[in-house]
Amino acid sequence: MTTESHHTLSHQPWLDPEEKPFIRIQGVTKQFGAFVAVDSVDLDIYKGELFALLGGSGCGKTTLLRMIAGFESPTSGRIVIDGEDMQDVPPYERPVNMMFQSYALFPHMTVEQNVAYGLKRDGVAREEIRTRVDAMLEMVELAAFRKRKPHQLSGGQKQRVALARSLVKNPKVLLLDEPLGALDKRLREQTQYELMNIQDQLGVTFIVVTHDQEEAMTLSTRIAVMDHGWFQQIGTPTEIYEFPESRFVADFIGSANMFEGRVAGHDGDVASIDVEGLPEPLKAEHTASLREGMQVWLAVRPEKMRIATEPFDDSSLNSIRGSVEDIGYYGDSSTYRIRVNPGMRLEITHPNLRRPRDGRHVADWDETVYIGWVPEAGVVLTR
Amino acid sequence: MVERLQASWKLLVVLVPYIWLLIFFLAPFFMVLKISLAELRIASPPFTPMFGTDEAGATIIRLLFDNFRYLWEDSLYLNTYLNSLKISTSSTILCLLIGYPIAYAIVRSTPTVRNILLLLIILPFWTSFLLRVYAWMGLLADQGTINDLLIWLGIVDSPVRMLYTEFAVYVGIVYTYLPFMILPLYANMEKLDISLLEAASDLGARPVTTFLTVVLPLTVPGIVAGSLLVFIPATGEYVIPDLLGGGNVLMIGRVLYNEFNANTDWPVASAVAIVLLLLLVLPMMLYQHFQSKAAG
Ligand SMILES: Nc1ncnc2c1ncn2[C@@H]1O[C@H](COP(=O)(O)OP(=O)(O)OP(=O)(O)O)[C@@H](O)[C@H]1O
Ligand SMILES: [Mg+2]
Repeated sequence: MTTESHHTLSHQPWLDPEEKPFIRIQGVTKQFGAFVAVDSVDLDIYKGELFALLGGSGCGKTTLLRMIAGFESPTSGRIVIDGEDMQDVPPYERPVNMMFQSYALFPHMTVEQNVAYGLKRDGVAREEIRTRVDAMLEMVELAAFRKRKPHQLSGGQKQRVALARSLVKNPKVLLLDEPLGALDKRLREQTQYELMNIQDQLGVTFIVVTHDQEEAMTLSTRIAVMDHGWFQQIGTPTEIYEFPESRFVADFIGSANMFEGRVAGHDGDVASIDVEGLPEPLKAEHTASLREGMQVWLAVRPEKMRIATEPFDDSSLNSIRGSVEDIGYYGDSSTYRIRVNPGMRLEITHPNLRRPRDGRHVADWDETVYIGWVPEAGVVLTR
Repeated sequence: MVERLQASWKLLVVLVPYIWLLIFFLAPFFMVLKISLAELRIASPPFTPMFGTDEAGATIIRLLFDNFRYLWEDSLYLNTYLNSLKISTSSTILCLLIGYPIAYAIVRSTPTVRNILLLLIILPFWTSFLLRVYAWMGLLADQGTINDLLIWLGIVDSPVRMLYTEFAVYVGIVYTYLPFMILPLYANMEKLDISLLEAASDLGARPVTTFLTVVLPLTVPGIVAGSLLVFIPATGEYVIPDLLGGGNVLMIGRVLYNEFNANTDWPVASAVAIVLLLLLVLPMMLYQHFQSKAAG
């Protein structure tokens, strides 16, 4: 989460009731035999969005993209693109291009011919095909490889050809299935930048599947976190990261320390939560309606906790005592694993504000430390 | 010592196929070649030896190309070769046109159906080839099953002549060699990645275009393999033209048989065989040449 979010959309169309969604996915279910791969999903995506699909392996991301592209027809529900129901529209007539997870490059064609394939089908003039293919190959840095066949390329090069082939047609909707996974850091950042450029200039609507959270956070206007065929949460990167609605999302995006407990009482919108093994209840600001005695989870991100070798003076802080079990040094920050009791370990990320003294930043192995965080730092979750 | 032994074992393993080819292919070929360069004589064997001695007692080698000139000058042979090539080429094309969609359908079907269909393709091999050709005689004859059916249905009044025509030969060859077309095509198409077809479709190619630009180019190896497997044996086919074509369809296999058995002219028969071999091997070598050129 080093780079700032690039929201190239000046406003947030999903908040505007007047705005018409460009892609409407309504109650879409896909079953393979008895297995439900996508489970009555509803989703509206607006023109010019860069929408990220995040989720574990096998949760149905590719299946959803395949239904939008038209290779798979929904068992029930409908998909509307640009006001047109896609039910009976074959893939070759949809205003959609897809970059395949497996690349699906034509093995008998050169890089150049692969990229030109879609333009040729559209009957674009020869000269224009040349210039557009050239520009595309330039962008993905493959101009020198134009005469090669796919089997003569590395994994990352193949991925770039696949990307170029789907981008060159400037479709209204681009579906990218893990587009940047095999690229090195420099090329990945450059291509991310290009994707955002294309989105900005051409108003293309992207749906991007990715495993890389950082990529999803920096790239997208909104993120959908998928699990077992349905959406756990849809929201902007900030919403997803700072206001997760479930333990799954809190755990899946970034990492979180999770305290399981019961609501002990209220004081305004600050609840106190009894957690087994902790001497004092934890205080947490919340917006959910909580009943006393209800089972809840308090999720606190590692970077929102402080660590010190002395107890905190401030009594409004939540404070827990523990000992350092492990330290991970990342240069700019360190991650401390703190053992609170035999059943509870916490993870704290602390910026390395000064150079180490006596070989230590804040605390050393096995040292007794105090962990503190403000009530606004944690999120109370009910599921 | 052990290494030495291993090395010689390895050499043996490598040599086995070459030895096999030498004994069962090259040696007979050179024997036939030798006979084709000899002259007919009434004796046993019925041809002149290649090595002999002249009056002075010196060894002489006699190579006669008369047989080949004879093949060239007698228009019967030329016509028969051309007719054989015509029939085998047409049959190959027919097999391809029929076999390609079948192979594609098999690849695209579910695994259970696929196995059943493959079994059906191979099933005829359980019955003797000769028996199956005789069965076709029964089907195609004037008083055969097909004519009986046509008359019973009132489509024709008198039997349609099918047996002992070129049509019957085509039926026999296409029927017999169709599996040899389907199986290599199937093996080739099975490797075809379905996502390539989806990618083409995604990029705006209609089904026909997808077929022409993606499926067809990628199945060329299967088409070539299947076509060679049909074309080569069909050109030299003897049984089918003999039984289904009667005396009316000239094919080189029958001429060869006649020269050997009826005329006992071994040298001419051998020359016929050598020319046939060249006719079949040359196009293959040309193809190989262009293949390796394209790949390199
Ligand atoms: N044709 C199919 N037949 C049966 N099951 C399928 C088929 N395609 C996908 N599935 C199943 O549907 C589920 C979702 O698959 P999908 O490919 O959409 O996952 P994914 O989210 O893209 O995973 P990954 O991140 O690993 O690519 C998986 O459990 C998969 O096994
Ligand atoms: Mg996938």
